Amino acid sequence: MSAISPDRIVAQAAIDAEDVRAALADIPDPELPVVSIAELGILGRVELGPDRVRVELHPTFVACPAIDLIRATVLDRLAEIVPGRPADVAFVFDPPWTSDRIGAQGRARLAAAGIAPPGPTAPGGLLVLDAIVECPRCGSPRTRLENLFGPTQCRTIRWCPDCREPFEAVKSV
Amino acid sequence: MTAAAAADLLPATRNALALLLLAMADDEFVIGFSDSEWTGIAPILEEDVAMSSLAQDELGHAQALYRLLAELVDDGRDADGIAYDRPPEGYYHARLLDHPRGDWAQTILRRYLYDTADSIRLEALAGSSFAPLAALVGKIRREERYHLMHAQTWLERLALAAGEPRDRLLDALSRLGPDAGTVLTPLPTETALLMADITSATAAEQEARWRASIAPTFERLRLPPIPPTADPGTARTSHSAAFHELHAELSSVRRIDPGATW
Repeated sequence: MSAISPDRIVAQAAIDAEDVRAALADIPDPELPVVSIAELGILGRVELGPDRVRVELHPTFVACPAIDLIRATVLDRLAEIVPGRPADVAFVFDPPWTSDRIGAQGRARLAAAGIAPPGPTAPGGLLVLDAIVECPRCGSPRTRLENLFGPTQCRTIRWCPDCREPFEAVKSV
Repeated sequence: MTAAAAADLLPATRNALALLLLAMADDEFVIGFSDSEWTGIAPILEEDVAMSSLAQDELGHAQALYRLLAELVDDGRDADGIAYDRPPEGYYHARLLDHPRGDWAQTILRRYLYDTADSIRLEALAGSSFAPLAALVGKIRREERYHLMHAQTWLERLALAAGEPRDRLLDALSRLGPDAGTVLTPLPTETALLMADITSATAAEQEARWRASIAPTFERLRLPPIPPTADPGTARTSHSAAFHELHAELSSVRRIDPGATW
C-alpha cells in the first residue's frame, strides 16, 4: 500500500457511509440494465467502520442468477472507493425485497424501456390478478396477462389488444 | 424466544432443525431438477418458459435452504457439497417427488399436490423462532403464490377437458395419490421442532389443513379424494429406480470434475 499518497489518505478518511452508498447506487441491474440496483431497491443498508465495510443486498427473487454478478460489481467498486478495507457484501431476506421497493424514478425508466412497472402489492403480498396494467407503449388499460412467467424470474408477459403486441411487466411480489 | 444464529440453539434443536432443512431443501431440489427436464420440450412455448422459470425458482430455494443447513451443521461442506455429494440413498425428499416427471398431466398434478402441501408447511414456519428461516420463508412464500396459481389453472384445464386430458390426469392421480401426503408426514424429530417453536403446527395438523384446503377444488372438478398415505414409515427414506436415474443425471457434471469452481 506504499502507493497511497497523503492526499488520498485524507480523502479516504473523509469518506462516510453515504459516499459509499452513492458510489454503488448507479450499478446497473445485469438483467434490466436501464435501471440501477438503487432504483430497483436491491441496494440496502451500507455500514462503514474503521476496519470494515458492510453492504446489504436484497435479492429480487431467491433464485435470481444476477445477484452474484451484482455482488462482484459491488466488491470491485468498494475496492476502488475504500481500498484495502475488508468488505462484507451480504444477501438479506429481512426485510424481503418486494416490488414496492422500486421507486418513482425506477418505474419511469422501466416504462420508458417498454417494461410495465409493477402495480402495488396487496396486503400480505398477494398479487392482484385483475389489476389494470397499462401498456408501456400506448397506455391502453385493456392489457391482459399472457404468462405468469417470463424471460427472467421477476417478469411476466402480457398482451396489449390495442397495439396487438406482447410486452413484459415486472411482477408484483 | 428467537434465535438469530445456529450458535443460539440447543444441540437437540439444532439436529431437529437440520433434518427439517434437509427435508425441505431436498424436496425443492428434486422437484426443481425433475421439472427442469421440460425445458425445450414442454407442450407449448409458453409452458416451456413457465416450467423452466418454476424449476429455477425451486433450485434457488433449495440452494438457500442448503446454505442455511451448511451454516447450521458447519462440517466443512458448502451448499453444493450437500446438494450433490451424497449417494441416492442419502436423500431425504418425500416419496411424492420420487416419481418420474411422467407426462404433462403427472407433472401438473404433482406440482399442484406439492405446492399446496408446501404452502401449508411454509405457513407453519412463517413465525419460526429461528430468525434466518423465518426471513427466508417470508421471501419464498411470496414467490410460491405464482406457482400455486400456475398449478391450479392447469389442473382445472386438464380436469375439465373431457377425453384424453382428463383420463391422463386420473391415471396420474392413481399413481401419485397414495404418496401425495408424504410431504407432510411427521419427521422423527418433530417434538423438538415444536418445543423450540421452530414450527407452529404438528405434521398431523398440517396434513389435515392441506386435505381441507384442496377438498373443495377436488369436489368441484369431480376428482376422487386423495387416499391416506401409503407406508408413511418410509415416506422419505425409500427411493425408486426413477430417482436413482435422476440422481445419476443431476450429479454427473459434479462427478466429472469434483471440486471445480464455476
